[in-house]
Amino acid sequence: MATTDKEVNELIKREYEHGFVTDIEADTFEPGLNEDVIARLSAIKKEPEWMLEWRLKAYRRWLEMDEPDWAHVGYPKIDYNSISHYSAPKRKEDMPQSLDEVDPELLKTYEKLGIPLHEREKLAGVAVDAVFDSVSVATTFKEPLAKAGVIFCSISEAIQDYPELVKKYLGSVVPAGDNFFAGLNSAVFSDGTFVYVPKGVRCPMELSTYFRINAANTGQFERTLIIAEDSSYVSYLEGCTAPMRDENQLHAAVVELVALDDAQIKYSTVQNWYPGDENGKGGIFNFVTKRGAAIGKNSKISWTQVETGSAVTWKYPSCVLRGDNSVGEFYSVALTNNFQQADTGTKMIHLGKNTSSTIISKGISAGKSSNAYRGLVKFGPGAEGARNYTQCDSLLIGDRCGAHTFPYIESKNKSAIVEHEATTSKVSDEQMFLCRQRGIDPEQAVSMIVNGFCKEVFKELPMEFAVEAGKLLEVSLEGSVG
Amino acid sequence: MLSIKNLHASVEGEEILKGINLEIKAGEVHAIMGPNGSGKSTLSQVLAGNETFEVTQGEISLNGENLLDLETEERAREGIFLAFQYPVEIPGVSNLQFLRTAVNAMRTHRGETEMNAAEFMKLAKEVSKQVDLDPAFLKRGVNEGFSGGEKKRNEILQALLLQPKLAILDETDSGLDIDALQVVSKGVNALRAEDRAILMVTHYQRLLNHIVPDHVHVLAGGRIVKSGGRELALELEERGYGWLGVKDEEATPSAAS
Repeated sequence: MATTDKEVNELIKREYEHGFVTDIEADTFEPGLNEDVIARLSAIKKEPEWMLEWRLKAYRRWLEMDEPDWAHVGYPKIDYNSISHYSAPKRKEDMPQSLDEVDPELLKTYEKLGIPLHEREKLAGVAVDAVFDSVSVATTFKEPLAKAGVIFCSISEAIQDYPELVKKYLGSVVPAGDNFFAGLNSAVFSDGTFVYVPKGVRCPMELSTYFRINAANTGQFERTLIIAEDSSYVSYLEGCTAPMRDENQLHAAVVELVALDDAQIKYSTVQNWYPGDENGKGGIFNFVTKRGAAIGKNSKISWTQVETGSAVTWKYPSCVLRGDNSVGEFYSVALTNNFQQADTGTKMIHLGKNTSSTIISKGISAGKSSNAYRGLVKFGPGAEGARNYTQCDSLLIGDRCGAHTFPYIESKNKSAIVEHEATTSKVSDEQMFLCRQRGIDPEQAVSMIVNGFCKEVFKELPMEFAVEAGKLLEVSLEGSVG
Repeated sequence: MLSIKNLHASVEGEEILKGINLEIKAGEVHAIMGPNGSGKSTLSQVLAGNETFEVTQGEISLNGENLLDLETEERAREGIFLAFQYPVEIPGVSNLQFLRTAVNAMRTHRGETEMNAAEFMKLAKEVSKQVDLDPAFLKRGVNEGFSGGEKKRNEILQALLLQPKLAILDETDSGLDIDALQVVSKGVNALRAEDRAILMVTHYQRLLNHIVPDHVHVLAGGRIVKSGGRELALELEERGYGWLGVKDEEATPSAAS
């Protein structure tokens, strides 16, 4: 890292001070974390008593935990007492009033990605009248969902309106004491998404955070809970290919998925937060805990992720395969450029009989970045006939980046079968020469080669999303050749 | 069309080309022959702009334009095409996508509109027939799992699609059985045109039975040591390179095949 501890802490502070100075109504908290801060946060959100208790319990656990240091990333130590842990959505007068006031670099990226004009404003956080948007969007998705009985709302609303469901499942997959960042999230989560698909229902459309425009600004501690009842199906899309304007440097999200008998959850992510500039300054720290519990028999949880953003990524979407014959899948493309660092992978925990899992991981490193795959495949004593297939491919662009693979396999059942394949390749001079000899620009050539490398993962993405993801790689790789 | 004057080129400090002079006119087919290590492949790579090789002296121009000022991709767009001796694989990138990207890069350069996927598919299927390639190859990864012969046919397919001004064929006959050689030759002959020149680099004369050149040059030790017509190749077949004072590490040129 080019920045020192002091610099980063100052940067975090500066964000906060900015909020504090402009906000006389104090909807941003002073920095620091204690029980009083959590009580105030819970009160502002008008949460019931049990929710506050839950948060406080998580906070007390968190105080006793240590920040993990095993990941293959380096970043200055974060002083959690210098961060403000709650900030209300920005008021209109504090937002940019038009695109003219937005960072031109961001606008350039929108243009390259082909984002429609009216959407650019929204993504850049311009103070547009959101009424039109939310009304039109609401009518297109709320009705069919309501008819099907699917609940799709913010987690804050769910705490008010569906307390029994939240009480039953919140923390059931990722307990507050699971890890340091999950603990922090449990204590201070700001908002997030709640999805409930009733028994036998196939959710009539792809659900996307993008639809919930009002809740787009969920802040740095996002919490998502998706429950699929028996024989139901839901596909959820998180994020979008456009880089989001974001002022929080630390993100610690928690996502929990619960699939009951014969249920299927497909969760796709495109993460494109600010990665820092080409000198490694700035950028988001993204420390996420994502886990799905395939509780029911024949249930299936599938993670697909395209990670191109953030300065530091620490993320392992996992599956706990408890139900007999349950299936877990993980398809991942993680791209790092410049000074980005990613330590990402998955955990497949096989507990039930005949459970199976597939891991396809594609890591691409360019510039001076570092990209690590870390994966655990574990078979419990009851995992008779369980099997896993893992394929880990790394692609290097240039000779100053790094790729690392850390696969862990633990088996307590002799009948379990594990297959592991790993490759490391380079975008070769010969490939580049062939493309250029055919008249193709070097940058376009790299992006084409990289897209080919990622094909197995992209085909798991919803169709139009896959096309956008390809374009996103192209933009993210800019400046990596030459 | 192509004019090479006193061309010197080296790789990692070692001089390979030591003063090449060559003039090729539109419509002509030239063959460059010579023993291994004579610099034949280097000449092809240097013409196409491979940065592994350093041009230390001399000039190359295409229709009066100085090629040495142009990047590889710019030369390609000006009409230089190189059929590779060892085509590389690009896994996961479909042949169709690769070819369309290339064709559209050329079209854009010429100020023409890009071809959409459907239009291009039709054209590519058509041209595939000319080199006996099953259109199913268009959907496979570029050269991915292709046999040697399929790779070479794929190179000719590209030439036919890109319609270059100068097609350089680097040992296109190597590794081909007689049937494949005939298919490839048919493709190359289809490339022959009034406004196009072809430069064939080959170790063996057998290719020249199928693609009859207008001029034959012998390259040895980084220089063209003898030029002549079609009959020069036949003479080489009969007498080897020895009579030119050139040492050939392999057997006589006709021995293989």
